[in-house]
Amino acid sequence: MASGVKPRVKVPKTAAAGETITIKTLISHKMESGQRKDSDGNLIPQSIINTFTCDFNGQNVISVELHGAISTNPYFQFEATVPESGDFTFTWNDDDGSTYTDTKSIAVS
Amino acid sequence: MNFTRRDALVIGAGAFTAALLPIQAFASLADDAEAAFTGGAATTDGGIELTAPEIAENGNTVPVAVSAPGAVSIILIAAGNPNPDVATFNFGPLSGSQSASTRIRLAGTQDVVAIAKMADGSFARAASTVKVTIGGCGG
Repeated sequence: MASGVKPRVKVPKTAAAGETITIKTLISHKMESGQRKDSDGNLIPQSIINTFTCDFNGQNVISVELHGAISTNPYFQFEATVPESGDFTFTWNDDDGSTYTDTKSIAVS
Repeated sequence: MNFTRRDALVIGAGAFTAALLPIQAFASLADDAEAAFTGGAATTDGGIELTAPEIAENGNTVPVAVSAPGAVSIILIAAGNPNPDVATFNFGPLSGSQSASTRIRLAGTQDVVAIAKMADGSFARAASTVKVTIGGCGG
């Protein structure tokens, strides 16, 4: 399911140095759990995003391992400390080997 | 073949145990998942907060939040799901607080368990029962 995957990330544009900010991420993905059956009664194989990581200027903020019990369109909200201006990098890894990334810059005033 | 009263009792008890097996199988899966994370170490209550709704109308998207100040990682387990693993959060050096929220699938009314691994190697555990009106496992 490499088509129609669209990451959406909400990060404030500016922050004070050392401030803790809240980040919200959402990515459109079916997250097929591997428990459902199709109309012929065959199991639909699992196809999910298995890891999500958020880094700031190369330093890790949070990394999450996902399993089949995470809802469709995985949503995460967490907090990060911003020591200086820079870029947040968000990475999602799919079971099928695809990687989805998004970056957001933040300016420290 | 004639059943004596004693035979009938034994068979009945066997059938009763067999009927209970699936539930126990799920519970032991959850215990295994907990043990895999803690390595069999004892867990304490307190120091971790799990926020989950008391009643979830739709088991496909149940909002949950976990918070455990001083945690290195937090694991979420849904004890009544066919596969009890839900998610593991690992906090890096720049995480502002050891908290996160997400949305999960629940197959039915069950306990959701959160276990935090603290920086000193101890484990804190919190559980919350969620009533689910419509299960989220398809089928």
